[in-house]
Amino acid sequence: MASTPQESWNGRKKRGVPEGLWIQCPTCNATVYKKTVDEALNTCPECNHHFYVPTQTRIKQLLDEGSFEEWFSELSPCDPLEFEDKKPYKERLIEEQKKTGLKEACVAGRGYMRGRPLILAITDSSFIMGSMGSVVGEKLTRAIEKATEMNLPVIIVSGSGGGARMHEGIISLMQMGKVSAALSRFHKAKGLFISVLTNPTMGGVAASFASLGDVTLAEPNALVGFAGPRVVSETIKEKLPDGFQTSEFLMEHGFVDRIVTRQKLRSEIAKIIDYCVFQ
Amino acid sequence: MKKPSVILPFERPIYELEEKLNALEKKPTSAQVKESIRNMRVEITHMKKDVFSKLDPWEVVQVARHPDRPQLRDYIELVFDEFVELHGDKSFGDDRALMTGFARLGEHKVMLIGQHKGRNLQERNECFYGCAHPEGYKKALSKMRMAEKYGIPIVCLIDTPGAYPGVGAEERGQAYHIALNLREMSQLETPIVCTVIGEGGSGGALGIGIGNHVSVLEFAYYSVISPEGCAGILWKHVKHADRAARALKFTSQNLLKMGIVDEIIQEPLGAAHRNHRQMAAELRATLMDNLKKLKGFSKEELVNHRYEKFRNIGVFEEKFQEEESELSETIQDE
Ligand SMILES: [Zn+2]
Repeated sequence: MASTPQESWNGRKKRGVPEGLWIQCPTCNATVYKKTVDEALNTCPECNHHFYVPTQTRIKQLLDEGSFEEWFSELSPCDPLEFEDKKPYKERLIEEQKKTGLKEACVAGRGYMRGRPLILAITDSSFIMGSMGSVVGEKLTRAIEKATEMNLPVIIVSGSGGGARMHEGIISLMQMGKVSAALSRFHKAKGLFISVLTNPTMGGVAASFASLGDVTLAEPNALVGFAGPRVVSETIKEKLPDGFQTSEFLMEHGFVDRIVTRQKLRSEIAKIIDYCVFQ
Repeated sequence: MKKPSVILPFERPIYELEEKLNALEKKPTSAQVKESIRNMRVEITHMKKDVFSKLDPWEVVQVARHPDRPQLRDYIELVFDEFVELHGDKSFGDDRALMTGFARLGEHKVMLIGQHKGRNLQERNECFYGCAHPEGYKKALSKMRMAEKYGIPIVCLIDTPGAYPGVGAEERGQAYHIALNLREMSQLETPIVCTVIGEGGSGGALGIGIGNHVSVLEFAYYSVISPEGCAGILWKHVKHADRAARALKFTSQNLLKMGIVDEIIQEPLGAAHRNHRQMAAELRATLMDNLKKLKGFSKEELVNHRYEKFRNIGVFEEKFQEEESELSETIQDE
């Protein structure tokens, strides 16, 4: 588990900018027209800061129009621990569902990318910080098993500030083992897995499927790591080095293959698929 | 009786009674004294049973972290007949928090992989209190692969607060190396037996925890996050660690009920720190028993068995559109 500062659209209200029309870029501080940002694939027109992308938008950005067929949407979360912090987990789930329009933090299914069939799964960092509980683990596992069976490439776009979801306790931790085991069978069957790391990818998500891509791509300046930066700085009792746990830091240390801007993400994924699968 | 390094609050009445017993035993023997001694022994036994059967999850954590609790190096001496340590990760350096090597357990030759927290300050500094770095996980994987090559079963003894959260660990790919272990362990064509002997701290524990048989000592715990970490995130302060410990349901009984572990290994009266030898004997018997059971499995069976074990963990509902109103519930792991 890791806690990371969540970037969200909500910040704009506090700053007194008219709702829905303008947003402020956290990187260059420019106030930018939201529609322009949306048209630029949720990036800042001034500095190319990569904003959070909701799942449905991400699907539109990556896949051929209308080609996505969602699978396993019948899966919904339970409350095996009867967990309660400030509010009961059951209530939290309903709130998160209303807030995001998603049933859970993961959406998976089959789609086409410029005509190439593939399995796409996305973890959405806005749903309980994109953390992995039973449903996320099960959906990813089923998606990977399906891909193994159908001999299709798997693309997982990770966004998770939360890692393994603490509200489902040890069961969440075991999802890391479950999904990784599914990937081992897929790997053995010579399946292609492209992992796309987006801001943030932390904790148990980083320490399982997100790190296991045959090719690992990362969006620029995403926070990616095992331990949360706050935990690390408390442990070493020092200020963290500049750029610590960014995509660039990971590439410099050999754990990311390419940093890809959102504008190029689709064409880069398609290119890699062509090298490995459709020659 | 060896003086304990720490007496936990709930242990105090037990120690007080034991001191009285000690004093009594020094008295000249008479029929009356003998009778009192006998009664007091019975009373102590009852008290130990009573106290340790009612531990709150946060108290269980204190037992699991007790400085006198037997650790990997104690078990190496008391459980195994021989240990030939292999230090090399062949890439960065020898991680003292995660030890690997050949070991003999009666008729079984095994590859022992385990975490050591350190029994004194020097050891603890060397071992980062049982928090392994990426090179530790890498060393573990290379030795496990060697074990597979020679058909040697693997025994993992888990005892860590978590993988080390530091700058170097992040630079050297802590997340990647744990992930890789999860993936590779699930495919190893040799038996894997894992036991949580103290703390099963999240990804750092699971990184050597993908086994055919997973057991836990009675007062060990296995959790997605430390109670302190959970309290810090959810209640904004570590002082609520006791609440977090209760909420996380990570004690041995919960783990067994949820199908996370296959077996609980009973601890001696008053917990493992009161009797290392007895704890070690229990552990040895359980390990040997499970190694024996897994001997009959083919390579394929071993891999499939391990896959299915983790595949079946998860609690969710499966609601199809047409039966949305019915609330059909699928609980997978029971
Ligand atoms: Zn900007």
